[in-house]
Amino acid sequence: MLPAARTTLMAALDAGWADPRRLYAEGRAARALLDQAREVLAQGLGVRPAEVSFLPSGPAALRAGLEGLRYGGRRHGARMVASAVEHSTILTTGRYHAAMAQDPSLWAEVPVDRLGRVDLSALEQAVAIPGTALAAVQSANGEIGTRQPLQRAHALCLAHDVPLLVDAMASLGRDPTPEHFDVLAGDARSWGGPSGLGVLIVPERTRWRRPGPVSDVEHGRTDVEPMVALALSAAEAWRQTQATREDQSAVSSALVRRLRVAVSGLHDVEVVGDPHDRLPHVLTFSALYVDGEALVVELDRRGFAVGSGSACTSSTLEPSHVLAALGVLTHGNVRVTLPLAAIAPSLDDDVSRFIAELPDAITTVRAHLGACDL
Amino acid sequence: MRTIEVDARGLSCPLPVIRLAEAARDAPANTRIVVLATDPAARHDIPAWCRMRNHELHEMTEVAGASGTGEPAGQSTYPTYLRFLVLVPPQRSKAAGTGSGSARSSAPT
Repeated sequence: MLPAARTTLMAALDAGWADPRRLYAEGRAARALLDQAREVLAQGLGVRPAEVSFLPSGPAALRAGLEGLRYGGRRHGARMVASAVEHSTILTTGRYHAAMAQDPSLWAEVPVDRLGRVDLSALEQAVAIPGTALAAVQSANGEIGTRQPLQRAHALCLAHDVPLLVDAMASLGRDPTPEHFDVLAGDARSWGGPSGLGVLIVPERTRWRRPGPVSDVEHGRTDVEPMVALALSAAEAWRQTQATREDQSAVSSALVRRLRVAVSGLHDVEVVGDPHDRLPHVLTFSALYVDGEALVVELDRRGFAVGSGSACTSSTLEPSHVLAALGVLTHGNVRVTLPLAAIAPSLDDDVSRFIAELPDAITTVRAHLGACDL
Repeated sequence: MRTIEVDARGLSCPLPVIRLAEAARDAPANTRIVVLATDPAARHDIPAWCRMRNHELHEMTEVAGASGTGEPAGQSTYPTYLRFLVLVPPQRSKAAGTGSGSARSSAPT
């Protein structure tokens, strides 16, 4: 979280504590702050304030986006289509609905290529099937960094009158804001805001309806009243991040390029994802004969906090569905996500130190398994 | 053609791939390596290893219950598992054991 967002959060806890639906002065003050936050984000995302709703998290917003498109399109049918690398919220919800209806044809996962890019001709075939209520394609994958061709995906969805749900949880604030969507979901964490705040964008033209009883919260798109201070903090973070986004992107890209060159020179290490058309701040690789969990722990010991898509690091003991969909090595996986410069002022030095220490960390972990001479 | 078996059932990732790599390192050209594995990651990682190391993955089958023929004793411990048939290439490139560079550039399959 950006320092400025933290300051705003603390101040807003005092100024915006009241229920924004109440008519007394404190309630009206909270309402004004909430409206202000909504306007900042609406302007930043190129939509109207009434099209912006705050939800309790990015995944909650994504799930609400999916359920509302499904319900809004129920006269068309209940079939849903998604790329195989979508957020697990999309995949588990889609599979759940198909399983409950005992009809596997209601759910289709569109394959991706070795770089993680969705197969557009397969997507077109999938959305051409009658009864399709929605398609879900992310702006970019937070695990491997690959961007998706949203403009073309949206055009072919439009041609078949299927609304496109775009998950922008990994890209908002880091990449240009997506313009091609029918519903958009994001998470304030991606632009340096607080956790506990998602945004759901439902343009007026979109046929979207929340299943369940009518709600008067957040334009009827949730029944959870947002915390005003979180919304205001997220808006402040957005203003800061947007003002520096292009510089930030150039800095991150240069560091990721350095990381990529160093990592791909290592023995039996494969860098994952598209080398060019990608998020500027993410780099993912898999090291052969390495236990992902052991490598994450070893890097943590050396002061680096990295993610992993390897099975042994997940609660389910299943490897990342994203790595599996690409057909790349799932073990020994490490994901480096660079923080914003305002959060990590020593980023440049940290990356240099990471590059210096990684080979030894990998060798150490391989040696534990007696796998150094394969 | 020689066939060797690597029983990696019960081992978790990345051990099945390590056992396969050890067997492949020591095997002569054209050897058929049968790998048995129960780890869910093996389904993805053994094909990925074959691609990175220029070995042909001839087949991958799911073996369920007692239907296996000629499978080793002890299969009752693992009601279902995956069976891979990997072919050691006729010409072992010198890079097979050392060159990560050539392994990486072999992406198209």
